[in-house]
Amino acid sequence: MKKNNLKGWLYLLPAILFLGSFMVYPLIDVLVYSVEEGYNSASQTFFGYGLYNYSYVLHDPYFLQALKNTFILVIITVPLSTGFALLISLALNSTQKLKDFFQTVFFLPYVTNTLAVGLVFMILFKKTPYSEGLVNLLISWFGGRSVDFIDGPYWAKMFVLCFYTIWVVLPFKVLILTSALASVNKDYYNVAKLDATPRWRVFTRITLPMISPMIFYLVITGFIGAFKAYSDAVALFGTDLNSAGMNTIVGYVYDMLYGNSGGYPSYASAAALILFAVVLTITCINLMVSRDNVQY
Amino acid sequence: MKVVLKDLTKIFPNKNKKIKEGVTAVDHFNFEIPDGKLVGLLGPSGCGKSTALNLICGLETPTEGRIFFGDTDVTDLPPENRGVGLVFQNYALYPHMTVRQNIMFPLENLKGDAKLSKEEMEERVQMAAKLVQIDTLMDRKPSEMSGGQQQRVAIARAIVKMPDVLLLDEPLSNLDARLRLQTREEIRRIQRETGITTVFVTHDQEEAMSISDLIVVMKAGRIHQIGKPQEVYDDPANLFVATFLGTPAINVFEGEVRDGKLLISGAEVMDVKGAPDGDVWVGIRPEGFIPDPDGPLTCHLNGVEVMGRDSSVVSTHPACSAVIRSIISTESVIDRNSETVSFSLKPFKVHLFDRQTEERVRFEQ
Repeated sequence: MKKNNLKGWLYLLPAILFLGSFMVYPLIDVLVYSVEEGYNSASQTFFGYGLYNYSYVLHDPYFLQALKNTFILVIITVPLSTGFALLISLALNSTQKLKDFFQTVFFLPYVTNTLAVGLVFMILFKKTPYSEGLVNLLISWFGGRSVDFIDGPYWAKMFVLCFYTIWVVLPFKVLILTSALASVNKDYYNVAKLDATPRWRVFTRITLPMISPMIFYLVITGFIGAFKAYSDAVALFGTDLNSAGMNTIVGYVYDMLYGNSGGYPSYASAAALILFAVVLTITCINLMVSRDNVQY
Repeated sequence: MKVVLKDLTKIFPNKNKKIKEGVTAVDHFNFEIPDGKLVGLLGPSGCGKSTALNLICGLETPTEGRIFFGDTDVTDLPPENRGVGLVFQNYALYPHMTVRQNIMFPLENLKGDAKLSKEEMEERVQMAAKLVQIDTLMDRKPSEMSGGQQQRVAIARAIVKMPDVLLLDEPLSNLDARLRLQTREEIRRIQRETGITTVFVTHDQEEAMSISDLIVVMKAGRIHQIGKPQEVYDDPANLFVATFLGTPAINVFEGEVRDGKLLISGAEVMDVKGAPDGDVWVGIRPEGFIPDPDGPLTCHLNGVEVMGRDSSVVSTHPACSAVIRSIISTESVIDRNSETVSFSLKPFKVHLFDRQTEERVRFEQ
C-alpha cells in the first residue's frame, strides 16, 4: 500500500513540478509582493509587511479610472456580444443558402491580428488634420456633428472600445453557438412542429434551454476575458492609456511594472490581486446563477 | 379514423449530385388502414417504412399521390393540422422538462376554441399518464427514468391531444428483450382502450405479428403483402415475405416440379397437383417437418437442440444452402448418433415459388 502511494506520487511528479513552478509559486510570490511595504526593486529591500499597497492602489485615481473603465466595458460588452452572437447564430442556422460562406465571413475577425484590426478601426474612427474618418463622414451625411472618437470625449472613446471589443469576441461566440444550435436533435423540433408550437415558444422553451449550458459558458468566459482586457485598448489608444483616460486594470498592472511610471511590483501585485478577487467573485455569482437556470 | 394512401410515392434527390435519378423510398403505396386498428409496417431497415410514417404525419411531403384521413384529403395540410400523434424512435422527450411538463407541452399550444384552462390541462395530463401508468412519476426528468418509462411518457405526450391517428416509429427498438415483450402488450392495451387508429413501424417480424391487426410487409419502397398476421404467415405472396416472417426462418430448397410431383435433388418428396412444371424454390416452415424413418426427405444430421417445449433439429441438405432448422415435438425420438435424419412434410407448411420471379406457385392440397 505504501509502495503504491509512492508510485502514485511519482506519476504525478511531472505535473506537480510544472504546475507548482509556473502556477502555484508565482501566485504565492504575487501575494507576498503585495504585502511587502516600500519594496525597492533596485535594492530588493522593503520596510515591512502590511496592507499599505492595497490602500495606495485603491486611492490611486488612475486605478479607480481603470476600474471604472473595466466595469463599463464588462457590463456593456458581455451581454451585447452574447446577444448579437445568438441572433447571428440563429440566422445562420435558419438559412441553408450560403451558410458556409457567411460562417467564414463571421469567423474572419477571429483569425485577424488584434493590432491590425486596431489599425482598421483607427481609419474608421480617427480624426486627423487631413480626414474626418469614415464614421464621421457617415455621421455628417445624416446631418450629425463629427466627433473625435480616438482623442475626443470619454463616451466616444468608450463607445469605440466597446464596439471594438464586441467585434473581436463575436466570432468565437458565433462559432460556439452555431455548433450548439446544430447539435440540438432535430426530433425535438419535429415534435414541436407536430404539436403546432409557435416559433417564439419553440425558441424560449426548447432551443434556449437546450443551448443554455453553452450560453453560460460564453457568459462566464466572456466576463473573465473582458475583465482582463488590455490589448484592445492599446490597439486603439496607444500605450499611454492613463493620459487617454482609457486604462484597464490589466493595463494599470502593466504600467506599474514596466510603464513610464513603472518599477512598483508591489502596487502591481496588489492591483492584480484585487482583479483576481473581482473575477473570482463574479465567476462564483455566475456559477450560482447558472446552477439554478441550466437544468440539464 | 381510417387512413387511405393512394399512389403514395416519395423520391429523395440523390446525395451524389452527379446522379440525377433520385432514390425512391416509397413506391406507389396503395392501402387503407381501417378505423381503430393497429397496423404494423414491417420490413428490413432502409425499406422506406419510416419515410412512409413521416409522409402520413406530414413531416415529409410526398412526390406523388394523396393521403386521406377519413374522407378528408390531408396531403397538403401541415403536420400540426392533421391531428396526428407521433412517437419517435428515440422518444425525443424534452430533457429539461419533467414528465408533467413534457405531457402538458402539446396542450399549452392549443389556441382559440381549443384552449384549455389550467385545471382541464392538469386533468387531461393525469388521464394520459394514468393510461400509460406513469402517474406516480410526474415530477421526474427523463434522464431519471428507464427506457420503458420514457417510452410511456412519449406515448402519453402523443395521445394527450387525443389525435385521430397515432404513429409509432420503431417503438420497441431501444428496449431490452424483456421490456420489449411487456411494452408491446402495453401498446396493444393502450391502443384498444383509446381506439385510436395506430400505425407502427418495425423491422422485427415477431413484434409486428404479435400485436398487429394488420401487417404491411414492404421491401425497397414497395409493398409486398398486406394482411392479417396469420394469413400472411400461412399464405405468403412471394419468397421475400416467406423468408422475412417467422423465427426460425423458413427453409428454402432448390426444387423442381415434374408431372405434379415435387422433386428435391431428384427425390420425389410430395404431390403438388396443379403446379406447372419447372424449377422452383421450395420453402418449408420449420414446423412443417415430421420425423419419419421412411420419409422422402433425407438430410445430414448435425445435431438436436433441446428447447424444453420442443426440439430443434439442425441438419443440412445439398439442395439447401443454409442449415435446416426444423421444430419437432419432444415426443418424437431422433437417433442422435445417426448420420442422417428423414422427414415427411406437412403439405400446408410447404410453399413453392417460381425460381426466376420468386412469386408464389400454388398447388392443390
